[in-house]
Amino acid sequence: MAVIDKDTVRKEIRDFIYETYFFGDESETFEDTDSFMEQGIIDSTGVLELTSFLEEKYGVTVDDDEMLPANLDSVENLIGFIERKKS
Amino acid sequence: MSFTKDSLKIDAAAVTEQICEQMRSQIRKDLKKTGAIVGISGGIDSSVCAALASRALGPKRVVGIMMPETDSSPESEKLARELSETFGFETVLENISGGLSGLGCYERRDEAVKSVFPEFDKSYTSKITIPSNILEKDSFNFFQLTIENKDGAKTKRLPLEAYLQIVAASNLKQRLRMTTLYYHAEKRNWAVVGTGNKDEHMQGFFVKYGDGGADLKPIAHLYKIQVYQLAEYLGVPQSIIGRVPTTDTYSAEVTQEEFFFGLDFYNMDMLWHAMETGVPAADAAKVLGLTTEQAERGYANIQRKITATEYLRMPPIEIE
Repeated sequence: MAVIDKDTVRKEIRDFIYETYFFGDESETFEDTDSFMEQGIIDSTGVLELTSFLEEKYGVTVDDDEMLPANLDSVENLIGFIERKKS
Repeated sequence: MSFTKDSLKIDAAAVTEQICEQMRSQIRKDLKKTGAIVGISGGIDSSVCAALASRALGPKRVVGIMMPETDSSPESEKLARELSETFGFETVLENISGGLSGLGCYERRDEAVKSVFPEFDKSYTSKITIPSNILEKDSFNFFQLTIENKDGAKTKRLPLEAYLQIVAASNLKQRLRMTTLYYHAEKRNWAVVGTGNKDEHMQGFFVKYGDGGADLKPIAHLYKIQVYQLAEYLGVPQSIIGRVPTTDTYSAEVTQEEFFFGLDFYNMDMLWHAMETGVPAADAAKVLGLTTEQAERGYANIQRKITATEYLRMPPIEIE
């Protein structure tokens, strides 16, 4: 069973969001529980970018029936999803 | 006002009169033009727009442009001709396949399809779709690529790069159609009529500066199921009214429901109208024979599409 370091994953996801969607502007703020869609951080194309990031960075496969807000729509949801996929 | 199964029923005669009056005023006073060009595909929306323009301006001041290309259904041209005979306006046939080949439309699209299915060749047709029925699961909107030949069909979720390239290449079709319409409009000093309905306009089912590029949009405020009511009133041929709405963009036949909306038009329009007018999902569900969860998923999916496609409706942004 692979165990992930949640703090490291949290930082990597946040870095990805800042670099990809905020052009590195750290004055932008969002909470780990904020919905990316509701906050207007990503759109449906952004979900595909996020999926590619997860698959490349963490070697996980996101199945079609896992393309759910409960798995992908916030930093916390992503951490939980990666944790489940790695266990 | 209470929400019922008839909440989107319109007085088609009154709506027609109001639209025609505004079209006359917009074309003459706002745009200073003297006629209307309508791209006609044999679909319900462009047919209703051409019928409205003919009624508003007289058929002599309307020309319907048919713009088939390699992947178009032959049925489209046949129905467009039937429409022009019904309403008495002139048509022009412009086959845009050569222009699209020159722009690399087919080559670029097929290159992206091959990156997902290396076996893809001329024996196959292709289409992109979204997972069916958005009411059954609270899924994100994502696209699947399907290739089909005589041996059957194969489907995979599209990765980002292939998705973007297929969409960018396919959008050349709508943009070349817009360019062609403006050629015909400018040489007559006429206006281009955009044919999108409210579902397409607000949920982003159009190409920016493609079919979204027009001078006026007379049915952009009407739900699809209201466009059907106008079609019946205006006398659009039943062969057009009865046709299943398709994208007419991909080589494999794909309905608008499969490609974009993920839900039948009646339930989608009714749920959307309920959401817009503040009807609780549980109440809308009762009227439509759905579960509350299904209605909530419908609300969320429609809202997500409206939010995600806001940029399509924006004019170019200037520095303040």
